[in-house]
Amino acid sequence: MSLRFVEGFKFKRMDSPIHRLDPRAKFILTLGFFASSLMFTNIYALMIVFVAQVPGVLMAKTVGRWLRSMRGGLFLGVFIFVMNVIFGTSIVSSLAFSMRFFAIMSAFSFFFMTTSADDLGLALEQAHVPYSIAFTFTTAVRLVPTMAIDAQTVVDAQRSRGLELDKGNLMKRIKNYIPILIPLIISAIRRSVELAEALESRAFGATDNRTSITTLKMKAADIAVIVGTISSLAVAVYVYFYLPLPTLVIPFEFPRLF
Amino acid sequence: MISVENMSFNYPNGPDVLHGLNLRINDGEFAAIMGENGAGKTTLVKMFNGLLKPVQGRVLVDGEETSQRSVAQLSRKVGLIFQNPDHQLFAETVEGELAFSLRNFGFNEDVIHRRVTNLLTALDLERYATSSPFVLSGGERKRVALAAILVWDPKHVIMDEPTIGQDYLQKDRLRHFIMQLVSQEKTVVIVTHDVEFVAECKPRVILLSKGKVIADGRAVDILTNRDLIEQSSLAMPQIASLMNNLSDLQAPPGIIDTYSAREFLRERLRRGVIMRSPPGG
Repeated sequence: MSLRFVEGFKFKRMDSPIHRLDPRAKFILTLGFFASSLMFTNIYALMIVFVAQVPGVLMAKTVGRWLRSMRGGLFLGVFIFVMNVIFGTSIVSSLAFSMRFFAIMSAFSFFFMTTSADDLGLALEQAHVPYSIAFTFTTAVRLVPTMAIDAQTVVDAQRSRGLELDKGNLMKRIKNYIPILIPLIISAIRRSVELAEALESRAFGATDNRTSITTLKMKAADIAVIVGTISSLAVAVYVYFYLPLPTLVIPFEFPRLF
Repeated sequence: MISVENMSFNYPNGPDVLHGLNLRINDGEFAAIMGENGAGKTTLVKMFNGLLKPVQGRVLVDGEETSQRSVAQLSRKVGLIFQNPDHQLFAETVEGELAFSLRNFGFNEDVIHRRVTNLLTALDLERYATSSPFVLSGGERKRVALAAILVWDPKHVIMDEPTIGQDYLQKDRLRHFIMQLVSQEKTVVIVTHDVEFVAECKPRVILLSKGKVIADGRAVDILTNRDLIEQSSLAMPQIASLMNNLSDLQAPPGIIDTYSAREFLRERLRRGVIMRSPPGG
């Protein structure tokens, strides 16, 4: 098992129109995709939300890493579908829930691939979010690649002890992840305790009024993205309430198990 | 036997980590892989149990090409002990931790019980059998990780930085334990920066630098070679440095461990080259 899909959530400094956008504009765009993914249960609408993200991914020149993150989410996407079918949801709705998962995952992958943790922290600070909260959030983002490396090492260590992650039925496969998740959670807790101690030892939070050498300024492109997002969201709300959408019909249903 | 034939490796989209490596580690041999940070030591040993597959060339374990075998199949023969025990411990109890791999390999419960008990005794962990591995000290967790691999009796034992976080006494115990494994004709390969530990154990040393083997030979020859030591960012063992500085005693080359140094000084005392100081003097 490879954890290379985490690359799809990792910022890489590049020069593209998307990378140059203000982090607040990108955040609003991501929230727009997130909100419309949650709003609809119609598979066609969710597919439109998903496909609408593709031009941005192309402009950001991150197609390879984006595809990798989508491929990495495939197991969870299939899991969502299977669990919904098992618990009595129709095939069409189950497909829609999986599609929603991919639309949301794609939106956040796009955001984190194109926004640095520094920019994110600055945006939060300028939005008057308390520094301790902004710092916690940006540190969590920064730790994602480190956690991915840890996760890969844990996977390697357990495979070296004869664990075969892809062996057995679905329940067995889920159970196979316990030896991966426990060391990962324990090491994350240990790491966070050590980080907190190191921060306190370096006088974190000693001054209330922090200043910043750089300030973010919205440009025309940023305002266009925000206006575009809000307008699209308004259209989505209108469609949701007033426009009947075509529905996918699959003339087959699995028998209910529960 | 582990053999590496003209093997090269790089991570996806990354630079070459290992280039054109040729190596043969015989059954029952004790070897230390040393070198600077990023030399490719851990990458190399991950090839031995198939966690990584060569991009070019091949790696063979007992004649079987690793790229044709699964990690689970190779692990039955090659036990790899990771540097950080926290990356593998997860069970509620120490004995559960040891039994995990045996269950993966399909041993029956009687054998599991017997092997777990034996290993806990051998590594002085019996009193922690029903304790959670997470409440143990760093050194003890390291021993549990070691026991969790040795419990299935692999033919080749690979240890990545086994001495990190171990106090002197534990290092000494580890050294004796390794010697015991070697005497049982197991292949033992350690990856380490610990020159003092290597000087005391005197294994075959394979020196890596920038993904290539720059030296392969006896510990006494490699650890006293200033050029090689400098090239691989290591340091000469303290005993070897001391003997270099005591040039007037005409110490022969190759004294790198405390035992040889003691024997040499005793001999010099006997010959009167060094005078014993009078009591209270």
